Amino acid sequence: MSLELFLLLAAALFCIGLFGALTQQSIVMLMMGLELMLGGLIVGAAAVWHFIAPAAADGQVLIVIAVTVMAVEMAVGFAVITALFRAREVDITDMAAELRE
Amino acid sequence: MLTDVTFWVLAVLAIAAGVMVFRFDSMARATYALLTSLLCVGGEVLLLGLDYLGVVIVLMMTIEMAIMAVFMVMYMMNPAGLMPMTMVHNAKGAAAICLVVFAALATGILLAPWPERRGKPPADPTKALGMSLMGPQMLTMMTLGMALFATIVGTVVLATRRGRYDRFGDDLGGDHVVGPGGGAGR
Repeated sequence: MSLELFLLLAAALFCIGLFGALTQQSIVMLMMGLELMLGGLIVGAAAVWHFIAPAAADGQVLIVIAVTVMAVEMAVGFAVITALFRAREVDITDMAAELRE
Repeated sequence: MLTDVTFWVLAVLAIAAGVMVFRFDSMARATYALLTSLLCVGGEVLLLGLDYLGVVIVLMMTIEMAIMAVFMVMYMMNPAGLMPMTMVHNAKGAAAICLVVFAALATGILLAPWPERRGKPPADPTKALGMSLMGPQMLTMMTLGMALFATIVGTVVLATRRGRYDRFGDDLGGDHVVGPGGGAGR
């Protein structure tokens, strides 16, 4: 158990989530990718707290922020899907590209 | 020794479940895979000695995935995965980007001169967190509270039937959408 191992785990989770967020067409699946990215962030913050500065509580505060971001991301994401679906019957990112031009 | 084994088991499980999220056809299975991955994240946080935050993550993820499953069934065209289908775009480009990002992160992680561990964890990290949030980090806490309140308002506004971009007659006071939708002046 070392800082590097934990950070590598965090980086792996982040990159898997990034892959999902970039590739998935379904908006719900895209949000799952974002959740995975934030999960990686949480592991990284916890590892930095434990291995570098355990005396200060700032690392823990960072985790609280990441958890809050997860909750906000999910709530707003589902609200956006609901709004998009009501307006255009769209649940896929490629179909919601009116602003492209 | 035991902590090492726990770390590796949780890490492998987290990464494997994370990969499976985007490989399962069934949306229900994808949700459970994501739940597994995030529960392992919570386990790693517990392993690092953050009991309270680890349990918060475990509880929050369980409930979050339950809600996510409901939305899955509502919005996905193939929730049970009965017809195999892939709904991805630009998978190769994304894979290249992710590999480059991971390589860059791993290089940074392995080459950075990480500082020595400074200080010892407090006897009760939860108390330290609480004292910090109610003391020096009060501004952070208030900002988070404000952001959560704004989220409540924003989600309700977005999710109500009468949207921001629907036109409800000339005086905007009708009870049903007139025309194809769009801006208020149309």
